[in-house]
Formats: sequence, structure tokens, C-alpha cells
Amino acid sequence: MAELLQHLVNGLVLGGTYALLGIGLTLIFGLMNLVNFAHGEFYTLGAYAAFAALAGLGAGFFPALALAIAGGAVLGALCEVTLLRPLRAESIDTTMLVMIGVWIAMQNGELLVWGGVAKSIPHPFPTAPLVLGPVSIAPLRVFVLLVAGALIAASWVLIQKTTLGRAMRATFQDRDTAALMGVRIDRIHTATFAFGSALAAAAGALLGPVFLAYPSMGDLAALKAFSVVILGGLGNLPGAALGGLLLGIAEELGAGYVSSGYRDAVGFVIIILVLLFRPSGLFARAERVG
Amino acid sequence: MRGAARAVLALLALTLPFWVGNPYYLHVAIMAGIFGVLALSLNLLLGYTGQLSLGHAAFFGIGAYTSALLTLRLDWPVWPAMLAGVAVAALAGWLIGRLALKLRGAYFVLVTISFAGVVSLVSVNWMELTNGPLGLPGVPAPALGPWSLRGKDAYYYLVLAAVALAYVVCARLVRSRIGRAFLALRENEPLAESVGVDVTHYLVLAAVVSAALAGGGGALYAHYTRFVSPEVFLFTYTVTMVIMVVAGGKGTLAGPLVGAVLFTALPEALRLATSWQWQMLAYGVLLVLLVFFLPRGIVPAVVVRAEAVRRARRAAE
Repeated sequence: MAELLQHLVNGLVLGGTYALLGIGLTLIFGLMNLVNFAHGEFYTLGAYAAFAALAGLGAGFFPALALAIAGGAVLGALCEVTLLRPLRAESIDTTMLVMIGVWIAMQNGELLVWGGVAKSIPHPFPTAPLVLGPVSIAPLRVFVLLVAGALIAASWVLIQKTTLGRAMRATFQDRDTAALMGVRIDRIHTATFAFGSALAAAAGALLGPVFLAYPSMGDLAALKAFSVVILGGLGNLPGAALGGLLLGIAEELGAGYVSSGYRDAVGFVIIILVLLFRPSGLFARAERVG
Repeated sequence: MRGAARAVLALLALTLPFWVGNPYYLHVAIMAGIFGVLALSLNLLLGYTGQLSLGHAAFFGIGAYTSALLTLRLDWPVWPAMLAGVAVAALAGWLIGRLALKLRGAYFVLVTISFAGVVSLVSVNWMELTNGPLGLPGVPAPALGPWSLRGKDAYYYLVLAAVALAYVVCARLVRSRIGRAFLALRENEPLAESVGVDVTHYLVLAAVVSAALAGGGGALYAHYTRFVSPEVFLFTYTVTMVIMVVAGGKGTLAGPLVGAVLFTALPEALRLATSWQWQMLAYGVLLVLLVFFLPRGIVPAVVVRAEAVRRARRAAE
């Protein structure tokens, strides 16, 4: 029982960052209809940006996190304006190929700048775990979970309650009508992509100190983000949040009770099963299908 | 003119080992041939039916592992083992096709990626069968009667024959009624279906043939490098195939081969000048540039240009 609780707590922490990744991608993939294979690279970038700010600029831990998130947003905006805007009329396959190119270029750019050796990111939290009854958890992981939760809540408010969020939803539901209503379509595209990328960078900057930063860390992260998006249903924000938590917990349980070697297979199997049997996601109501 | 050019190309390919003394160049030529088979395989799906598989390294790896394991563990002779590699890959292609080809676009892509991910994890974790990350050394080279094909010269001709066979299979297929069905599905699926094209049947057929060819490429690779490890499932292989097909010209027969030769030789040439990371960085940038400036690929662009020149010449006369 204690073991199960411990797995659940670990899964929750992991799932919080998966949820961040998934929410970012569900905006880009679900709303903008872009198969963004570079999503994981923004996650990697977040981790390395935090590392660079800490080690290179001598910034504190919290400013470094903020810088990493801002870095993700800026690069995301740049990517949208230079590469995706000219291709907006093209098919989904064309933009997918471009994003595969961006993925390879970014990953190897990171490899060139920071080298292949994994970097550990220092953090100010005590390393002694907090013990709560049968479970123990590192203070850093509590912090990660809290920030992830706050960012998820903030994203939900942004999309559902603000004018910008309404403009985003309107744009991707019916671009022409939104444009006629005075929504600046180009800006909304850029803002949405930048926002999604910033969330990925936030996930990377948060998980970086828990694990390590290395150039290929984004590959699995991207696939996990896709499985979260598919699990939650395209463009479904609460679905992605819940899907992220579910994936994190499923992975922990799989690693704990089945085999740690197959931990990463959980996400793959989820993608395959959900797409084959419930392609509109686990949480879709009947009228959302199709 | 075109016939003459073809004859010259064929002659060059057939005599290559005689005027290329450096075994390293011969190695590059062999790898170009293996990638040629792989690119032809991917092109069948991506170019002719319009379905992008990003799990093609899985079929490549399955072919390589099947053939290597049968020769090492069950002492099969090399040729039947290679054929078995082709067959098992085809079976995997059939399975993926049956399961995933009711999905389209991004969803199909994701299922193929996930399939490759699962297969790769199995190859790492199923120690008893695959020897895990350590890989399988000592895969035997094929022999033709008393002659071993271990040397690079001999293996070059084997690969060349395989490329020719793969090319003929693809050419016969796409120029047949089946190929027209593929194109109809790519261009307008509802319309094709309405005139009686059985969508699932043809897409699964394309997946099976494509996977079989990729499995053949894998078997050729295994018995050439004589070592198989989970690296055969690396995503890099899939990306390389995609770049070769897109750059060469998807939906053309010559395109994937042009892409394969170019993108095997180019990195080798770059290797002398720069490090591996710069190379991969250049790959990524190149893929982006290709989509922007040569969206249809090299071969169609050359054909269009040649047509224009011919027309201008005719107008001048």
C-alpha cells in the first residue's frame, strides 16, 4: 500500500509536467492543426536556458525559470513568423516536414552549443525528502508540482476567460469570421504558437533540475506530449491536463510493477490504443466526435 | 537521348568497382544502394499513396534482426534468412496497415512512430532474444555457391541487384492498375472510393510491399555490417529516408534513388569538413529549405526544366 502511494505521488509530479507539455501541444496541434515535432525541442531548450541562465549569467533559480519560459516564447514566436506563416495555406504534411527539419536543427544546435554530456541544473531546495506518513517526496518535486499546477490553471484562465483566449478559440474555429470581427489573425497564430512553446519550455525548465539536461531529452518528451494530446482529445485543455496526470501515473505504475525498461513504452501503447479505439480522446462527449 | 543517358548510368553503376579503387568509396556506394532500397520503399507509401510513415526504421530493423537471428541462433543459411527478414517485415507491415490505415495524416504518422518506439524498446529489453543494447556480432556474410560475398566488390553487386529488383517491383506496381488506384487515393480519396477503389485493400497492399522492401534493406544491411544492434531502429534512419524521398522527388521512380545517392554521398563529403553535429544541423536546415524552395523535389524540377529547354529549342527551329 505504501509502495502504491509512493508510485502515485511520483506519478503525479511527472504527470504535472506532462500536462504542461500536453497543454502546450494541444494548442498547437489541436487548435492550430500543426504537427509540431519540434515541441520536445522547446522542452529541451527550456532546460538548457535555465542551465545557461544559472551557470552563465549567474541568475538566481527563479529568475532563471522565468528567463527559460520567456526564451521558449520568443523562439516560438520567431519560428511561427519566419517558417509557419508563409506556409499557412499549405497542407498539414508540408508544415510537418518543416517542423521535423526544425526539430533536427534545434537538437543538433543544442548539441553543438552545450555538448553531449548531460548537465545537472542546481536548485536551492534542500535535498532531504519530506516524509508524509508512508510517502516521501523531495521538496523540489513539490515545487515542480505546484508551479505546474499554477501554470495549468493560468492557461485555462487565459484560454477561457480573457479576450485573447476568446480570440484564439474564435480564430481556430472559423478564421474568416474571426477576421471579419476584427481579430488580427496573424498575431493570434504567433501568440498561440509562442504560448504553447513557452509551456513546453516551462516543463523543461521544471523537470531539468529533477533529472538532467541533455540534447536528446526532447525526443521522448515530444512523443509523450502527443500521447497526452491524443489521450485528452485534440484542443481539449482539461483533457490534456488530466491526460498528462494519467500518463505520468501509468508510467510510474508500469515501471514499478511491470518492468522499468518498458516505462517509455506506456506512452507509445497509449497512442496506438487510443487512436485505434477512441480516436477522439478519452474524455470526449458524444457530440464532440467527428 | 534519354535512352543513351540511361545506358551510360547503367554502365557506370555496373563497372563502379573497377574504377573505384578506394574501398571507402565502395562502402559509400553500398550504403547508397541500401538506402536506395529504403527510399524506394518509403516512396511507395509517401509518394504514391500519400501516407507518411515515420516508423519505417522499424521495418528496416525487423528485417535486419530477423535475418541476423535466424542465421546466428538457428543456423539458417543466409539467403533463406534474408527472405524470412523480408517476409517478417511484410507481416509487420500488414499488421500496421490493417490497424492503422483507417487513420489518416498526423494520426497515421503517430501510430507508425509509436510502433517503431515499441519495437525499439523490445530490441533493447528482450535480452534473451536480442542480446539487448550489446547487439548481435558475427552475422555471417552471404555466399554464392563456393564464392563468399564478404568482400566489398561482391557485396556491391548484390546490393546493386537488390536496388534493381526493388526498382522493378516499384515500377511494375505503380504502372499497373494497382498503381493507378494508389494515385487515385492520394489525389482524392472519397472520389476514388466512389468509383469502386477498395481503400483499405490498396493502402494495406502498399504498406505490405513497402515494409517488405524496407525489411530487405535491413537484411542487406545486417549481412553487410555483420553486426545488428538496437541502433537500427534509430529515428535518424527514418528521417534520412524521408529526406531522400522528399529531396529526390516523391511520387517519382527515379527521385528516391537520386535522393539516396545524394544524401549518402553528401554527409560523407561533409564528414571530412565538419563534425557530425554540424552535419545533422545542416540536414535539418536543408529539409526546411527544400520544403520552401523545391517542394516537389529534384527530379520533377529537372524534368520541368528539361521540358522547358526542349520546348524553347523546338520554338527556335
